[in-house]
Parts: sequence; structure tokens; C-alpha cells
Amino acid sequence: MLIAVILGFIFAILVPFFSKFVKKAIPFGYSLLPLSLFIFFLQFLGEIKSKGHILFHYQWVPSLGIDLSFRLDGLSLLFALMITGIGALVFIYTTYYLKGHKYLDRFYGYLSMFMASMLGVVLSDNLMSMFIFWELTSISSYFLIGFNNEDPASRKSALTALSITGFGGLVMLSGIILLQAVGGSYSFTELLNSSEIIKNSTTYGWIIALFFVGAFTKSAQFPFHFWLPGAMKAPTPVSTYLHSATMVKAGIYLLARFTPLLGDTFWWNSTLITVGAVTMVFAAIHSVLRVDLKSILAYSTISALGILVFLIGIGSEKALLAAGIFILAHALYKAALFLITGIIDHETGSRDVTKLAGLQQVMMPVAVAGFIAALSSAGVPLLLGFISKEVMYEATLQFGDWAIILTALAVLTKILLLVAGFWAGIKPFTGTLPAEFGKAKLPSPLLWIPPFLLGVLSLGFGTFPSLITESLIQPVFSSISGSDTIIQLKLWHGFNLVLVLSILTLVSGGALYWFLKPSNDLFQKTVRFEAISPQNIIEGGGKLFGSFAGIWTRFFQNGYLRNYVITILAFLTLLMAYRLFGEVNIYIDWNQISAVSHYEIIVVVLMIISILFAISTNSRSVSIVALGVVGFANCLFFLFYSAPDLAMTQFSIDTLTVLLFMLVLVKLPKNKQYSSKGIKMRDALLSLLFGTLIAILTLEVFEEPSSSEVSKYFAENAYILAKGRNVVNIILVDYRGFDTMIETVVLVIAAVGVYSLMKLNLNPSKKDL
Amino acid sequence: MIVLPIIFQFVAGTILLFFWQKTTLQKFLSILFSIIGLGISIWLFLLVWENGIMITQSGDWKAPFGISFVADTFGVTMVLLSSISGLAVSIFSAGSMRKERLEFGFFPILHFLIMGLQGAFLTGDIFNLYVWFEVVIISSFVLLTLGGKKQQLEGALKYVSLNLLASSLFLIGIGFIYGLTGSLNMADVAIKLDNLQNRGLVSVTSGIFLVAFGIKSAIFPMYFWLPASYHTPPPAVSAIFAGLLTKLGIYAMLRTFTLMFGGDEFMGDIMVILAALTIFSGGLGALLQQNMGKIFGYLIVCHIGFLIAGLGMYTELAIMGTVFYLIHDIIVKTNLFMVSGLILKINGTQDIRELGGMYKNFPIISLLLAIPLFSLVGIPPLSGFWAKIFLIQAGLQTQDYVLIGFIVLGSFLTLWVIARLWSEVFWKNGIDLPKKANGLYFSQMTKTDQWLMVFPIVLLSGISLYIGFGAENIIILSQRISTELMDPSGYIEAVLGLKTMTP
Repeated sequence: MLIAVILGFIFAILVPFFSKFVKKAIPFGYSLLPLSLFIFFLQFLGEIKSKGHILFHYQWVPSLGIDLSFRLDGLSLLFALMITGIGALVFIYTTYYLKGHKYLDRFYGYLSMFMASMLGVVLSDNLMSMFIFWELTSISSYFLIGFNNEDPASRKSALTALSITGFGGLVMLSGIILLQAVGGSYSFTELLNSSEIIKNSTTYGWIIALFFVGAFTKSAQFPFHFWLPGAMKAPTPVSTYLHSATMVKAGIYLLARFTPLLGDTFWWNSTLITVGAVTMVFAAIHSVLRVDLKSILAYSTISALGILVFLIGIGSEKALLAAGIFILAHALYKAALFLITGIIDHETGSRDVTKLAGLQQVMMPVAVAGFIAALSSAGVPLLLGFISKEVMYEATLQFGDWAIILTALAVLTKILLLVAGFWAGIKPFTGTLPAEFGKAKLPSPLLWIPPFLLGVLSLGFGTFPSLITESLIQPVFSSISGSDTIIQLKLWHGFNLVLVLSILTLVSGGALYWFLKPSNDLFQKTVRFEAISPQNIIEGGGKLFGSFAGIWTRFFQNGYLRNYVITILAFLTLLMAYRLFGEVNIYIDWNQISAVSHYEIIVVVLMIISILFAISTNSRSVSIVALGVVGFANCLFFLFYSAPDLAMTQFSIDTLTVLLFMLVLVKLPKNKQYSSKGIKMRDALLSLLFGTLIAILTLEVFEEPSSSEVSKYFAENAYILAKGRNVVNIILVDYRGFDTMIETVVLVIAAVGVYSLMKLNLNPSKKDL
Repeated sequence: MIVLPIIFQFVAGTILLFFWQKTTLQKFLSILFSIIGLGISIWLFLLVWENGIMITQSGDWKAPFGISFVADTFGVTMVLLSSISGLAVSIFSAGSMRKERLEFGFFPILHFLIMGLQGAFLTGDIFNLYVWFEVVIISSFVLLTLGGKKQQLEGALKYVSLNLLASSLFLIGIGFIYGLTGSLNMADVAIKLDNLQNRGLVSVTSGIFLVAFGIKSAIFPMYFWLPASYHTPPPAVSAIFAGLLTKLGIYAMLRTFTLMFGGDEFMGDIMVILAALTIFSGGLGALLQQNMGKIFGYLIVCHIGFLIAGLGMYTELAIMGTVFYLIHDIIVKTNLFMVSGLILKINGTQDIRELGGMYKNFPIISLLLAIPLFSLVGIPPLSGFWAKIFLIQAGLQTQDYVLIGFIVLGSFLTLWVIARLWSEVFWKNGIDLPKKANGLYFSQMTKTDQWLMVFPIVLLSGISLYIGFGAENIIILSQRISTELMDPSGYIEAVLGLKTMTP
């Protein structure tokens, strides 16, 4: 199982190496990967039916409780089959669709990386490894959307998609960690046992909120939906595969997976119903206002995802069953529609639904596939879409007080989606062929067989639901709902309200298709609302954040060294003052302080004068020299306290520092008076405050009865062990000889620096490369 | 024995000084010395990993009277990482650095810088730590100004002024420590501070250390020098700075706040707030910049926030997160600036508005560069990802929910910034920039020099990948370091000779 999952990654890494060979020998060789995986997963159908779920375990990062455990049950098997099955078709389709493309091998590399990540998402039992794969799908999607990377719109869409899904992913990560903190494990199977504890914990609300953000961003729910239409910039096979059939369903997968664990609470259900309902209606309306085939399909996909969220939100057994069937039904017809759009685009060079017509004359098999897909999307009997629609209406009708509203919303959505589906699957093929598309012809079977096959499946499963009822839908249902109810799928439910609603949907949808013609006018109407669209609001928020970032950054990083110093000192002063006056009893015993000699007074006065000089002068060099004087005065103190060696070292270091500074400063522009009087006062005040604080602290520190163990040891043993009379010198060259040695090195380095600065002066006109 | 890495780098730097103008020989020797240095670090690391904390007393003066050198797991890990970065930068410089700079002591100073860092990682004495800081500052200052272009000097001035401010504060802090305890040996200080009644005074002192090291490690509101200076020197220099200099501040903070000021709650809270604001400021800054060097500079600031966050929360888990992130960050940040150096050599600019077409023209190099870029973002399971789990977990335990929000925000901003960078530099079609007459472009370089530039990126990317995929091993290492830091009794016993000494 591990191999099955990571095969795609290995494949992606190897692609560049064997691409030349594959190009020559077997053009559709890449497709063997998803195809064999598909067959591999098919084998599990029987086992899952009898056992419920199978676990596979591989160790990875045990100290974090992260492993590569895989859980194969109905839900994950359905997804795995969709990923590999549709994957195989898309791989085959691509061999022709992107034939001769310069970067075909890279494309396959990304695509197989995506497939592997997606398999990882749906198969992982460990939530953390699921999250890892989840993020990898976002990244592969980023690379695939930006595949035509020289087009600015592609790049922008890729970035938008990554931002939205990446943001959602990070939020979800917090959710996963929070869930682990409450439930004690990353393993989904283990967490299932503590479902009640989690639901009753105080953080339950946070957990589901964080998970919702992850799921909604990934599955393009309102108001995060707008990245998906943008993602249609990707080549059509990608749109088919990632942005309709599989990746965008990862959020749905997540919600379905967590239903038995976190579901069936007020907040869970009501949030999902609301978000799902808003999304499905909003996107369905949008889908009939577009003219670009891919846009239509993008919005109808969003709407379908909304329906799924809505159904999971309702949460009754019927609703979950409906969701299970709809996942499959939608994948089959929507993938077909996308593939067909790709063919039309490929052959006619247009995706404008207002212009396209009559193509059935030249590409009959494609038209057949289009018809089947459109009819399945409409929910016409004998197609899988019909069954899913029936079950969905049953579910909404059972929903207590709100049944009428929910059903009405569902019917409305379905009507609009019917129109959208017809536009994509029927409109381009009927009517008379415009002259401009006269050159269109039936493409290679590699292109039209995949959608055709999908149509056959829709028809087959729809006509004979028993084909999948027991083997696939039953396990899917059990794993979403956690119940053992035996389900039955029938074509004929008798005369009842559901049937009436079905007929109503078909009739009014048909009528709407008849009367409403896709046009640019309709599309223009939506443009007026562009200003309040979530995309604009979020992008505007982003811009606002950007300007705020500018203000914030310019405020702190304002380019003035003196402001930096002031900020730092002010911060330190505040911190110290707060602690000092808050926590310490200030008491200074003046008697303990030794008498001051007159040399000391002279030197201190000298220091004060030079400091005043340094801050009042206008010339940089003068102030550096004045500071040098302060340094030398310090050295005098060393002399007073009988450390001539130290004083010597200090003298030379000071001299060098002054020199080094002079060299740097010479190159800077002339010093000007920038500060106003007020600012100078503020600075002076701050310096005084800071100095006073340090002084108080120093006195305070020396109040503390410190142990003199070390200094005593030095004094006593200097002569005996180290053979020297001057204790300070002994400390310097022996006890702490290492320090002194290293300081010598500092001097050497400084000397090198000074030398280089003086000698090496790269011509400023030369750009450094 | 454990001072061997320091001594070795010292010797290496000194030998190189003797070959002042012989740049080819210097290149060769520097790489050779770096490889040997790495070997020594690995050896020391394994030794400590097997035997636990090791001690050397300089001049054989018993602690706390002389200067103790202590090799605990944290110290040797840092030494190892600095050797790796040092090797990478040494190779990279051999390929990319201009001859004029090499003639003026670039390599010797580089080795002295590494010596300073390794000394700081191994010393057990607070004043000695200060001395190593001096070595690091002065060498980095020389490296920063080497070449003396106006822009470099402007950055250097801010760098050095604020760092000197930090040093003076550090020194004041040491003075206070000595006044309070009468000792400079960190283990000894730890015991004596612990027995001190006047907690407030200890707290104020720790505040001074917080600011001193805060400036060095560029945390809010003390990070200003970093974005002002890191993009000015040649990328090879920025690389070593980015990888190790700010991390030295973090190291010092981790060391002193766990060993000496163990768990001051107030300072912990302050750090958590500063961490959030650091992440915020760095992320926002990176959002706006158009120069790759500046973008990376701000990202350093942003990620320093992650490191401080762990220390602020002060639980074993949080420190573990910090240590893991530190290991990841040193490797990836060093790499990042080499990446920007390579891009600069290829295209002649660092401005992402002008850059483009990398992916088209250099597909293999692009994919290689994707590794450090996306490791930095922390796309799971790459190296930047794992530490975040610890930090978020720790945040949940200590109930610092706002901090978690900022960590998520910081990660998101990093993601966005790098994705934009990728889109601009790699995907966008490049515009033909006028070639600069006296610049040496990648395409004009010899094959050897080209390899010398690419190889270190390969090396560090490989290590980043290992950190990501072999996370288990790094976690075990971080866990051990975190345990040692949070319970310093082993360290203190070893230093003060309650355990047998290894001279």
C-alpha cells in the first residue's frame, strides 16, 4: 500500500530521466501508472465489502506519533478509484491534448506527484500525514495552474489558489493539533473511539471551525470559492482532474470522513447547511451567467461542491447516502464535460458558448458523450445523476421544519445546474455549424474515448444501480454515516412528491434552457456586482493589509539610526523601570561606598566634558575624537586600580576603534542638524533616564552580599600557584588567559579590517557581481 | 580537548593570513580547512552524543576560577551546524567572491568568524562568551565592509552601532551578574543566582540580557540593523551572517535564560509578545520588498520570532520546537542567500521585478533552488514544517492562542512571499537586462567556478531534505537538547567538577 501511494512521487522524480525513452517507445506509457493503480485498488472491492476497513501501518516519525498508516474503507476506496480511474483517462487524454508540448514530461511529473498526494490524502489514517499530503496537493496544484508560466494571468491564478488553499491548510493544521491535544492521537481510527469526549470538550467549537476553514478553502466554498474559476487557467486536463473530479473534493472528503467523529451536532450541521446552501445557489446562478465554457463548468463545480457540503450538513442517513452517490455521479459527468470542453477548445480554438454550435456534424462520438454527461447532470432517468437527485430530494424533504426551504433551494440549484450542464454538453453540438469552425474535425480517439467511457459508466450505473449498490455505495455509506443500515437504490420510487419535484426540475430546467440564451449581456450584469464579490473584498483586504504593512514597516524601519537606538533604549528603559520599581525595594547604603579620590574626580570631569563636546559638536570627526577621550579616561581608571597591562590594551583598542570609525565616517555625507529642539530634549531625557536607571541598578547590585569566593581565591593563590604578584595581571594572563588571547585576535582582525578599508576601495561604478 | 574546533579554526585563520595575496592557494586551503573542521565537529558531536557533557578547564584552573569550556549536546550541535555552514560558504566564496576581496583577507577573517562562533557555543563562562561575541562582531564588521562600497558602509554603520550597543549592554549585564554572584562561570552563577533572595534584581538583570541578545538576534523592536545591512555585502557574506549571526544571539538567549535565569515568568510573557510582533514585523516587511536580499532579510526576522516563541513559552516541548527550528533555519538561511547569490550571478540583479525566466533557461537549477525555498516555507514534509507542530502544540498547552495565530500568519506570509518570488523570478519571462561591462556573469565563469557555486547549494539542500524526511532523528536530537536545557543540573554538576573531569 505504501508503494502504491508513493509510486507517483518516485515516478515524478524519475520522469526527467526516462522521458526521452518514453517519447519514442510508448507515447502513452505514462498512463500505465494510474491504470495499474486503478486495477490495484479494484482488487480491494470485495475485501472492503466484507471487512469494512483495512489498516496498513508504516512507521515514520514515532516520537510525534506521526506514521504512514493507511486506512482503506468504502469512502477512501471510492476516492482512490476516482483518483486513479479518472487519472488514467486524463493521462491518456493528455498524451494527445498536449502532444509535442515542450514540457510534456514535466507536466506528467507534476500530475503524478499530484495523484500520489491525493491518494495520500484519502488513504491516510494518520491526520498529520494526511495534512502533509493535503499540502502537497496544494503545491502540485500551484505548479499545474501555473504550468503556462509565461502568462501573467496563470501566475496570478496560481498564486491566488495557493494563498487560499495554503492559508486554509495552515488553519487546519492548528485544528489537527488541537484535535490531537483533546483526543490524544493523530490516528483517525483511534480518535473514532473518543468521539464523545471530543464533542463534549470545550474546544470542540474551535476544532470544527478550524477544520471548516481547511475544508471550505480547499473545496471552494463561499466566500473562498473564487480561486477555482481562476484555476481554470490551467490546461484542461488539469481542470478536469484537479479542479473538478478530485482535489476540490478533498474538502468534501474531509467533511465526510469526520462526520462520524465530529458530526451530528448543532454547530456542525447548521454551519454546513448554511455554507453549502449559499454556495450552491450562488454558484449555480453564476454558472448560467457565464459564456466561457470553462467558467460555466467552474461555477457549476462550485455549486456541486456546495450541494455536497449541504448534504453532509443535513447529516441524515438519506443525505449522506445522497452525498456518496453524488460524489461519484458528479465526478463522472463533470470530468466528461471538462474533457469535452477541452476537445472543443482544441479543435475550434473557442470556448465561447454563444458561438459554438452544430459540432455534432463533425464529431459525433464527442457529441454523444456530451449528451450523456449533460443528461446525467440534469438528473434524467437512467443516468446516475437521476438516482443521486432523487435521494437528495428525499433527504431534504425529511428535514423537519425547514424541509420546504431546503427543498426549494435544492430544486432551484438543480434547475440552474441543468441549464449550465446543457450549455456545456448539448448547446455546442446542436444547431448549425458556423462557418468559422468549418475546419473542426473528429480528433484522435485518445481524446474522445475518455469522455465517452465516462458517459458509458454514468449510463451503466444509472440503469443498473445494482452494479455498484452493494460493492461500492454500501461501504461508502457505512463509512460516512457509521451505521449498518442496508441501502437500496432503485430507479422507480412510485408516484410521490419526489417524483413530482424531479419532473418539475426537468421541465422548468428544460424551459429555462429553451428561453435563456447564454449571452455576454448576462455576463456583463454580473460585472456590476464585482465590487462586492468576495474575491474583491478579500483582495481588497489583502491590499489594505499591504498598505498597513507599508505603514508598519516604514514606521519601525525608517532608515534613521538614531531612531533605532532610541527605540531600543526606550524599550529597555521601560522594561527595567517596570521591573525595578515593581519588584525591587530600592535601598542604597551610602556608607558602604568608598571615598572618592581627587584624581578620580578630575578624570570624571574630563569624561563629562568630552561627552558634552561629543554631543554638541557638528563635526563627526570631532565627536569621534571626543569619544576617544572618554575611552582613554576609562583606561586611566584601569591605571588607578593597578592594571597597567589592561590599560595598555585598552589604549590600543580605543585608538584602533577611533581609526576604524574615522575611515567609515569619512565616506558618509556631511553631518547636518536634523533634529529639532524638542527631539533633542526627548533624547536628552531618555539618556538621562537610562543613565540614572543603570546607576541605581549598579548601586543596588553592589548592595547584595555577593560571595567573594572567586576573588579571594585569585588573591590568595596568585603568588602561590601562578607565580605573580600583581593579581590583576595574573587574572589576565593566567586565570583568564584565554580571554586575553582572544582579545588579541580581535585586535588582529581589526587591524586587517583597517588595512583593507584603507587599501581596498572597489570602484563604486562597478556593480558587484 | 573540546576546544579543538576553536583552536583549529584559529590555526586555519592564522595560516591563511600568511598567504595574503595568493588567492588560489587560499581558496584551496580554506576549503580543505573547512572540511577538516567539519570532520572535527562531527567527531566531537559523536563523542558528546556517546559520553554526555564534556568539560575542559583552560589552564587547568578548576571551575569556577578559570574559564570552563563545556561541550553539551546543544553546544556541539551548534558547532556542527556552524561547520557545515562554514564549509558551504567557503566553497561558495571560492567560486563567487571577487579576487580583490580575496586579496584583502576574506578567507582568514571567515575562519576567525567561525572560530568566534564555535568559541561562543562551547564556552561555559559568561565573560568569555562576551569575548567571543567581540570576535564575531569585529570579523563580521570587517567582512561587511570589505570592498568599501558606499552602500555597504551605510549598512555596516547601522550594523555595527547597534551591535556595539548590544555589546555594551551585555557587558553591563555581566557586571551586574558579577556584582550579584561574584562569579562569571555560568554554572556557578546559576547556583548562586538561584540562592539569591532579591528576585526582582535578577529579573531586571535578565531584562538587560534580553535586550542585549535581542539586538543580536534581531527581535522586535530591535531588529532594525538586519534589514538595513544584510543585503549589502556579497551574498557569500550574507549567507554566513544569515545562517549564524542572529542564531548566535538566539543561542546565547537560550543558554542564559535556561541556565542562569531559569523560567522567569514575566520575561517569558514578554518574549511571547515580542515573538508575535517579530513574526509580524518580519512578515510584513518581506511582503513589500522587491530586492531578494531584503526579502530574505525580513524573512530572517520573521523566523527569529518562531525561535523566541518557543523560549518564551518555556516548556520542554516549546524549547524542542525552537531547537528543531534552529537546526532547520541555520541550514536553510545560509542556503537561501547563496541561492540569491547564484541568481545574482546569472542575471546581474536581485530585483524581482527585473528578474525572470529562470525556469525556462535553467530548469535543473530552478528545481534545485526550489528545495531551499520550499523548505523555508515549510511545505510538509520539508524541514520547516516539523518545528511548527511543536510550537503550536506548546502554544495550546500554555494557552498562548494569539501566539499560535501569529505563527500561522507568519507561515502564511512566508508561503505567500516565496510563492510570489517563485512566480516572478522563475516563471515570469525575463527581460533582457543590459549586461554590465565589468561584471562577471555566471555564463562567463569557468566550469570549476560554476560548480563551486552550485555544489554548496546542493549540499545544504541535501541536508535540508534530510532534516525534513529524517525528522525522527532530528526530533530525538532536539528532545535531548531540550531536556538538557530545561534541567541544567547535569550541566552544572559537570562544570563544577562534581563529575569526573576530562582535561
